[in-house]
Amino acid sequence: MPVAVRVIPCLDVDAGRVVKGVNFVGLRDAGDPVELARRYDAEGADELTFLDITASSAGRETTYDIVRRTAEQVFIPLTVGGGVRSVGDVDALLRAGADKVGVNTAAIARPSLLAEIAERFGRQVLVLSVDARRVPAGERPTPSGFEVTTHGGRQGTGIDALDWAARAADLGAGEILLNSMDADGTRDGFDLELIRLVRAVVSVPVIASGGAGKAEDFAPAVAAGADAVLAASVFHFATVSIGEVKAELASHGVTVR
Amino acid sequence: MEIVVLDYGSGNVRSAVRALEKVGSALDSHEVSIRLTADRAAAVAADGLVVPGVGAFAACMAGLGRVDAAGILAERLADARPVLGICVGMQVLFADGIEHGVHTDGLGLLPGRVQPLRAPVVPHMGWNTVTPPAGSVLFEGIEPGTRFYFVHSYAVPAPDPASPYLATLTEHGDRFVAAAEHGVLSATQFHPEKSGAAGQALLRNWIRSVAAR
Repeated sequence: MPVAVRVIPCLDVDAGRVVKGVNFVGLRDAGDPVELARRYDAEGADELTFLDITASSAGRETTYDIVRRTAEQVFIPLTVGGGVRSVGDVDALLRAGADKVGVNTAAIARPSLLAEIAERFGRQVLVLSVDARRVPAGERPTPSGFEVTTHGGRQGTGIDALDWAARAADLGAGEILLNSMDADGTRDGFDLELIRLVRAVVSVPVIASGGAGKAEDFAPAVAAGADAVLAASVFHFATVSIGEVKAELASHGVTVR
Repeated sequence: MEIVVLDYGSGNVRSAVRALEKVGSALDSHEVSIRLTADRAAAVAADGLVVPGVGAFAACMAGLGRVDAAGILAERLADARPVLGICVGMQVLFADGIEHGVHTDGLGLLPGRVQPLRAPVVPHMGWNTVTPPAGSVLFEGIEPGTRFYFVHSYAVPAPDPASPYLATLTEHGDRFVAAAEHGVLSATQFHPEKSGAAGQALLRNWIRSVAAR
């Protein structure tokens, strides 16, 4: 049996609290990341991702504390991304208990950051997060038709998303977290063309993100080449459970844990 | 009994300490204390020693050199005191490693060479099954098909059947060593501390085997 396709819930954390609606029945405190992490672990999550959207440095300290407390209670891999700008930031998150660290905007501004992180900690800790979209009509097209964005998909960079993913993997990214900004929030399913194109140009694992709305959306993403699937709101609102996603994947012949 | 996790500056070792504490506290027949330290005397004297490892082979060997891990392990093995290596902490037990074309000597306690894993997707990242041999202590009572969490780009190829140690194998492109057991020396390529209940079952088996000595 091959390595299992991973199902990964993602939690947005601001100053130590989970934000963007979480609507679970039976949670004492739906805003507590540690409690949610435990819940997802119990439901069979293969990994957890925290996206730290905190802007202030005081909030950062709170994030480290959350990572510390989660890592003490949850014994599956934990990735933390958001606002990582330096080797020092990575070091602080790993020391707090993160197993992997997500890098996004800072690497677009300074790609050598990827090589610095990989050299110091190994490429297995480094997840490159790519927020990609189709270049809107009227703007300068990229060779693949997809470009890298910043600011949550609002700002185009003109950088070809495929070129960037391939270059990042060469520089030391151990994994690509591929967010489709066109699909994100639509609940219409993953952007399968984007997954296929990126899969074809990198040999590191690809995590598909953006667009999941129901259990049936996940198997096509795996067929398109995703090694892992990540979602937030469908899990937070209990639209589908992690178990249901895995059962649906298994019914399509996908290996799951 | 005391278990020391060797602290030589390798990545996230808290998780290993916490997982061992969790398993140890649930064993009612033994009082288990877990200590994270680089202190040489403590590492030699502990009932069990865990050697973690994250990152590059050469960097881990350099870190191990600074705390005289070779000397610590030699003394422990001479006294039949158990050792558990995890991930790169397993890889360094072998004869040598090739990473980025650079050859680095390992501790040479097990025969074999750590080399790049050949597979369509590398790193090998995620939950995979393993095939333990008859007589394995680490996997005793663990159901076939149980999955453990791997994250690595290098591995020791499956040894020939005459190999002196018990090799548990898995497959990702190549067939490679997922765990090794040789007398008091045990090691896993995967991360038991990150493998949920399955990993804790394995750590429980190891702690019990330490207690039985």
